[in-house]
Formats: sequence, C-alpha cells, structure tokens
Amino acid sequence: MAVKNFVVASFDDEAVLFPAVKKVRTAGYKIHDVYTPFPVHGLDHALGLRETSLHTAGFIYGITGTTTALSCMSWVFNSDWPLNIGGKPHFPLPAFIPITFELTVLFSAVGMVLTFCYLCQLMPFVKKHIFHPRQTDDLFVMAIEVTPKTNAEELKAFLASVGGQQINEQKAEAGWWYGRYDREDRLFEQKAGTVNA
Amino acid sequence: MKDQFVVPARLKRTSFVLMGIGLLTLLIGLFAFHGEHGSTRFWAGLLQNSTFFLLIVLASTFFIGATTLAHGGWQIGFRRVPEAISMAVPYLGAVLFVILMLIVFLEKEHIYHWINAHHVAEDPILSWKSAFLNKGMFTGFAAVTIGAWILFTIKLRRMSIEEDGWDLSPATGRRIIWRNTVMCGGFIVIYALSVGSTTPWLWLMSIDAHWYSTMYSWYTFASTWVSGLALITLFVVYLKRNGYLPMVNEEHLHDLGKFCFAFSIFWTYLWFSQYMLIWYANMPEEIVYFKPRVWGEWRPIFFLNLLINFITPLLYLMKRDTKRNYSSMVFISIVIIAGHWMDFWQMVGPGTYKELVFPWYELGLGVGFVGLIILLVANQLTKAALVPKNHPYLKESIVHHT
Repeated sequence: MAVKNFVVASFDDEAVLFPAVKKVRTAGYKIHDVYTPFPVHGLDHALGLRETSLHTAGFIYGITGTTTALSCMSWVFNSDWPLNIGGKPHFPLPAFIPITFELTVLFSAVGMVLTFCYLCQLMPFVKKHIFHPRQTDDLFVMAIEVTPKTNAEELKAFLASVGGQQINEQKAEAGWWYGRYDREDRLFEQKAGTVNA
Repeated sequence: MKDQFVVPARLKRTSFVLMGIGLLTLLIGLFAFHGEHGSTRFWAGLLQNSTFFLLIVLASTFFIGATTLAHGGWQIGFRRVPEAISMAVPYLGAVLFVILMLIVFLEKEHIYHWINAHHVAEDPILSWKSAFLNKGMFTGFAAVTIGAWILFTIKLRRMSIEEDGWDLSPATGRRIIWRNTVMCGGFIVIYALSVGSTTPWLWLMSIDAHWYSTMYSWYTFASTWVSGLALITLFVVYLKRNGYLPMVNEEHLHDLGKFCFAFSIFWTYLWFSQYMLIWYANMPEEIVYFKPRVWGEWRPIFFLNLLINFITPLLYLMKRDTKRNYSSMVFISIVIIAGHWMDFWQMVGPGTYKELVFPWYELGLGVGFVGLIILLVANQLTKAALVPKNHPYLKESIVHHT
C-alpha cells in the first residue's frame, strides 16, 4: 500500500454529517472513508459506494459446501467404504440432507465472515491507521485524500465551512499492515540500527 | 394524496366473473360427482379449497398479530391491507363451517373414515381415537376456533378504524400500542392453539385417520402463512399500481419479499422434517401417508410441490433486485399461492378420491374463492382510510429503510 496525505475532520451530528458528505462530493474532493461508531443508515448511499458483493460470495461458498458434503458422503458410502446400514440404499439422499444443510451453512458463514474481514481490512494481528481515537466512541470522522490537485489549505477551510471540527492533516498508511494495537510498530531499520550500536 | 380506495368497475367485474366460474364449477360438480363414491370428490374439493382460502386470509390476522407483538413499525403504512384481507375471515369461516357440518352430518365417510360408527367399532386404532375424533368434538372445535378467529379479527379491525377518530398525542399513542398489544397477544394464543395444533389435525389430518404426524399442523401453518404473505403482497402491489399507498415503496416490498423467501424455506424445513423421520423409521403405520404420494400415482405432484414451493422461491427471491421489483414480486406471489394450493390438493386428494386426475373441478372452485376474496377485500378497503394516520409507528414506516 501507499503512504498518503489526508485531511481529517470530525463531526458530532448525523444531521451535519450528511449535508457535509454531499457538499464535499459535489465540490469534487475524494473521500477516503467516513468512520462511524455505529452503522449509519443511508451513509453508503450518500458516499456513493457500490452495492456490496458479499452476498454473491456467500452464495458461492454455500454451493461449495453443498457440493463438498454431497460428494464426500457419496464417495464414502458408495466407493470408499460401502456399508449396509439397516438395509438403506447406498445413496440415501434424505439422510444426507441435514449434513448437507449444515455444511452449506458452515461454509457460507465462515467464508462470509472471513470475506467481510478482508473487505473491511480487519483481522487479528493486522493494524490500520486510526485517524481519530474517538471514531469508535462518539464522533463521525471523515478522511479526505489529498491528491496532487488538492489544495490542502482550501480543503481545510471548506471543511470548516460545512461543519467539520478538529480539522488536521495527517500523513498515514492507507492500507493495513502486520502489527498489534497494543504494541508500537517496530520498524526494520530501527532494529538494524540497535544491532549495529 | 389518494387515501380513500374506490373499487374500480373492472375489478368488480373480474371478481364477479371469477365467482361465476366457481359457482358454475360447483353446479357441474354436483351433477358430475354423485352417488356413494362419486360424491367424495365433490366434498373433497370443497373441503380443500375452503380450508386453504380461509387459512390464507386468516394469515393476515396473524400478520397483524405477529407484527404488533414484535413492535414492528415498517408495516403500518400498509396495515389496512392485511386488515381488509382479514375481514374475509367471517365469510370464508361461515362457508367452511357449513361445508364441515355437511360432511360430518351427511356422514361422508369417504372423506372422514371415523364418522362411520361401524368402522370405528371394528377398528382398534379408531376406537382408541374416538374420544377425540368424534362428531361432537369436531363440531365443537370447529365452532369455537372459527368463532374465536372471527371475534378477534373483527375486534382488531374495529379498534384500528376507531383510532382514526382519535388525536395524535403521546398519551393516545401509548394507549393504541397497549390495547393492540393485548388484543394481538390474545389472538396469537388462540391461533397457536388452533392453526398451530388442533385445527389441521381435525380438518385435514383426520382424512387419514390411522396416520399421525406431529409436524402436520406446523406444516399446514407454514403453507398458509407464506401464501397469506404472498396475498398481502399482491394487494399492496395492486393498490400501489393504482396510485394508492404513497408511503409504501421498494423498502416495504423488499421486506415482504424477505418474508416470502424466509417462510418458503421454513415450509421446506417442516416438509422435510415430516418426511425424513417417517422415511428413516420406515414403519408401516407411518408410511401409509407417503406411499400413494411418493410411490403411487401422485409421485409427479409430490416432487412438483417441492420444485414450486422450495426451489423456485429459493432461487428466484435470493437476489435483492427481484424482491424490490413490483412485477417480479407479483409473479412469485402468484407462484407461491398456486404452489401451496397444489400442496393442499395433494394433502386432501390421495386420502379421499385416491386417483390422480386433472383437477378441473378443484381449480374451478379455487377460482371462485379467489373472486370472492377479491370482492370482499375490495369492499373492505373502501370502508376506511388506507393509512392509519394516528398510529404512533407511522413515521417509522414512512422512513423505513431496509
């Protein structure tokens, strides 16, 4: 990923945040993301995000589970180790259905959780830059990417005019990296330096 | 804002034509099926259709009850639609009661085996069951349950219309919520004890009096509940298409679609739970029910049932877009209602007139009932404003977002 410049503004009210998002987008600035302590209805629409494809992924995981269950059970009971269980047929479909159902649910649930984590860039032992510590508490935090065409000072003044508070500029990694929130990042260069000294 | 429904002449004409077809079929049936065995199909068709259509309009009362108890707000914008549909319960309830009484007191033993006292005396299983399965209990249960449904349905409807004359204050709002919650709580108890247990045993399961399944009532409930939701969807879309219900939009339709999707799967779950345990145990007294259906003439209907009522809604309603589109919801609602009508047909047919024939008589009666429901519901819709303007959750319904 890349280290980028961001202008960050906080909002303490949804009623201010929505018009601000609209104005910022109309003015042509590139919103990196808006961080909220709770799901805000309609914010995805206001930000112009596309529909998530998480459910398509879920469907694919689900049918993978169905196929796995059916093919595994029929392989076991028909070719690998055929058993006569109470005179039932070797491919007793009704008896396979509960397990097939469970595996379908298991595959789609676990798969969707992992995909969701990947899409949101959330994982154990993975770190992301936090623009404002109160974005998980009581503030809505908007991060706007500073592109070569953006005038940061103008942008700050604009954000103040649409109701933003605590406006500042931050140089931060946009993606995620290996790390832990309870520990400082130990950079490779620093480590090398200590060894030499 | 168009708030008062006026019945279009075309709708009235359609309903009369449909009812005419129904009556004509009934008359033809009266002459075509007569005699000791012949009249079985005449009565079985009436029993199947009147039970099915009564239970799907009753599902509207259940819809009001369940959403009220869950403190749902999203449905208030179109709450008058299930209310109007539920007001068909008194009429269809009366029709069914008359048919049941005729079957029982004319001793149609090919419908209900347990009516014939000689059979019961010779049959140890039926004589064991005779403390429950007898004319007195049957009549009593039918009268009490249908009576209670009618009382609660009318009461809920009256309360809702009466609230239109009240004011819009927090105190009034609390009163509306409280008394609706109490009344709906009472109804849900009655509904659970009738449709959720005894009613389907007596009316439908006792056709195969030797057989029993503890899943049967829930299965019947799931079948009628999902068709009832489809019926509500059809009326909502009809009103929307004619410029009524301005507050209802894709968001509400999406939720109705989710309900249809979820309860189609719920129906399959119960269908499978009933089938699999019997299949697995493979005991003679239990498989008698599935013998004619799975290995007899009714085999194609048995699998078609699963295809229409499970596979079709599952794949069709899975996508978000189909649940938010008016035309596609109309299509799937009709499929669901037709599919569950067929489900009732295969519940009644194999135990009564046995052989699989083209169901022209049953379909004709069904068309007649559809006409009757259209006429009754359209009339009821004109009797009150289409939006309950004093309901405290109305705003929640207007701003509803899925």
